[in-house]
Amino acid sequence: MKVLAAMSGGVDSAVAAARAVEAGHDVVGVHLALSRMPGTLRTGSRGCCTIEDSRDAWRACDILGIPYYVWDFSERFKEDVVDDFIAEYAAGRTPNPCMRCNERIKFAALLEKALALGFDAVCTGHYAKVIEDGEGNRELHRAADWAKDQSYVLGVLTHEQLKHSMFPLAETPSKAEVRAEAERRGLSVANKPDSHDICFIPDGDTRGWLAERIDMAEGAIVDTDGEQVGTHPGANAFTVGQRRGLKLGTPADDGKPRFVLEIRPKENKVVVGPERMLAVDQLRGIKVSWAGLPIDQVVNGGEFECMAQVRAHGDPVDAVAWMEDGGEGQAELVVRLNEPMRGVAPGQTVVLYQGTRVLGQATLDSARSMERPELQPTH
Amino acid sequence: MPVYLDHAATTPLSAPALAALTTELSRSGNPSSLHGSGRRARMVVEDSRETLAVAAGAHPSEVIFTSGGTEADNLAVKGLYWARRAEDPRRRRILCSAIEHPAVQDTVEWLAKHEDAQITWLPVDTDGTLSLDALQSELDDDPGSIALITVMWANNEVGTIQPIEMISAAGARYGIPVHSDAVQAFGSLPVSFTASGLATMAVSGHKIGGPVGVGALFVGRAVKLTPVQHGGGQERDIRSGTLDTAGIAAFAAAAAHVTGGLAEESMRIAELRDQLINMVEASVPEAVLRGHHTLRLPGNAHFTFPGCEGDSLLFLLDLVGVECSTGSACTAGVPRPSHVLLAMGLTEAEARGAQRFSLGHTSCAQDVEALGAALPEAYRRARQAGMANHASTIQTAGTGFRS
Repeated sequence: MKVLAAMSGGVDSAVAAARAVEAGHDVVGVHLALSRMPGTLRTGSRGCCTIEDSRDAWRACDILGIPYYVWDFSERFKEDVVDDFIAEYAAGRTPNPCMRCNERIKFAALLEKALALGFDAVCTGHYAKVIEDGEGNRELHRAADWAKDQSYVLGVLTHEQLKHSMFPLAETPSKAEVRAEAERRGLSVANKPDSHDICFIPDGDTRGWLAERIDMAEGAIVDTDGEQVGTHPGANAFTVGQRRGLKLGTPADDGKPRFVLEIRPKENKVVVGPERMLAVDQLRGIKVSWAGLPIDQVVNGGEFECMAQVRAHGDPVDAVAWMEDGGEGQAELVVRLNEPMRGVAPGQTVVLYQGTRVLGQATLDSARSMERPELQPTH
Repeated sequence: MPVYLDHAATTPLSAPALAALTTELSRSGNPSSLHGSGRRARMVVEDSRETLAVAAGAHPSEVIFTSGGTEADNLAVKGLYWARRAEDPRRRRILCSAIEHPAVQDTVEWLAKHEDAQITWLPVDTDGTLSLDALQSELDDDPGSIALITVMWANNEVGTIQPIEMISAAGARYGIPVHSDAVQAFGSLPVSFTASGLATMAVSGHKIGGPVGVGALFVGRAVKLTPVQHGGGQERDIRSGTLDTAGIAAFAAAAAHVTGGLAEESMRIAELRDQLINMVEASVPEAVLRGHHTLRLPGNAHFTFPGCEGDSLLFLLDLVGVECSTGSACTAGVPRPSHVLLAMGLTEAEARGAQRFSLGHTSCAQDVEALGAALPEAYRRARQAGMANHASTIQTAGTGFRS
């Protein structure tokens, strides 16, 4: 196969490309230029987007003996990921930009260009597994190493996208193994630190970064009865479940810490309350997609048992899910949780699993709080 | 062997340059030393200086050897600006063409940022030729405020040749020095520093069959330059650093070789280029030839291909062993629409489809044929891949995927 290896400059994508080469594929390395003004050197825990990262990717390709190119997706990245990130926060939601990048850049813009230029697949260093059934249908599964498993951030991929995806790190028992393999292969990125911040926020200060881009106005922090308990510099920089940074002078009646329960962007209010009030027992999601065949071909009946996960390394929770008509032809996913979850924010993605298999995902639109059933959706 | 159509980026070493280089690399001696080895090295440098002066129509004492074109441009632009401003603090304006190589453009912008210079960008027409009227009106406006004028001799991307003698004559009427980056012109066109009337002129070794890492700045005898880098003052007290005897000898050998047969060779290359242009226009009728149609470098053919990214085309041609360029320099390989094409009035979308094919001393008819064989399919595929900024047609969760 002709394979395009997306090379971030990190160790995972370098080893993934190496394995694709070793498997006999015709591999070309491509680094995605996602920033119009790339920094010269890598700083902190950012794992991509600087010229140094581009050079690291280039050197890995040299060692593997494959051609290397840089393709510019900065404009698409800005519109589809960065602007979307800002708009979601401005609307009081909590987006996952890495997921958005997988959905719209790596496995859409890049994949489309790759297919047009004659490639058969895009290969990345994600820890996840693609399995094909006897009829050529693709399924997405968790990686062998659950600690590194990245199936959550790939849960948004559709059958069409999975058809052209290749994840050579699927069966790797651990990250340490990948580093050792990189060392063995003479890849200089073997000991490069992991990246874990949002790549387009260089210093990791998400709130400060957002404050420069969203009109923030001081507003009230209120309790669940509507009583003002403090002020905030701008509601949009908060996330449901957040505890730090509220700067509430007076303690709550029960003396326990208070958490962000809800953000009301229109009223510029942040609602806080005790931790137990964060518990939700039902989720409702929009923009539903299935990671493989449509759900009615995977499960029988309207309701199906599954496990729901709402963040990259969150614990999955047993649940029962079904589809409802949300009006205007939009299907909505409803997930009833067998045990409550805490700190679920609108805008987050719920990914559904059966065993290791990813069924699909939806963007959370609202969650039903067990103690506050009056809570309204944010849109 | 790949088909090499990127001579504007660098040229393979010519045989005389390779011979001179290897001979000198096996010898030792600092040209500034006073003993026998030093004198021997000095003789090679001075022979080379005379050879290069003849090749470029200059006096030997006007040759300042540098590490390449970029250093020569920096030395000229900064050196002229500082020297002229020291004579009269009102001289802060730099008249600079809108299509300069980054070695000049970036230098001018640095002076604006750090040394109070004011930049006046001189516009070009749709062919990339400098507007003499715009230059004249700037000169009429306030000549006493102008430190220098800088206009390249021939453009590295689209190949358009500038009316250099008229530009330097215009400057001379007001006593304003003119610098020209002649890196692409020297070795491709007849270049005479003396006849040009320029104050300074930059040339480079590796664009004419010489090695990378050596170049020269021609500096008129009466021209004052403030040094950029300081040290032993080896070159006329304007440029410091131990002279690279081997590089200089090879550069001079390449210059003598290329200027010796220039008339015939440039005709041969221009004929090949015209075949290439005809072939491109026949096989991809949508392609648009950029730059001046007659007043252009003999080895340059520059096109924009509508509806595709230049880097897609480059990738597809590279895949089948045809090596060319999108034309503009880039950082970390990130392609950006060329400032030259934008200055010529192209839209960003048009500019993104740029592809430069540049011929040189190793080029032959088979190279043009190989491009002709590969181009139509490459263009078809590149168009299919479309533009980088278009929205993907792959349906995703967020773009209306229906369960």
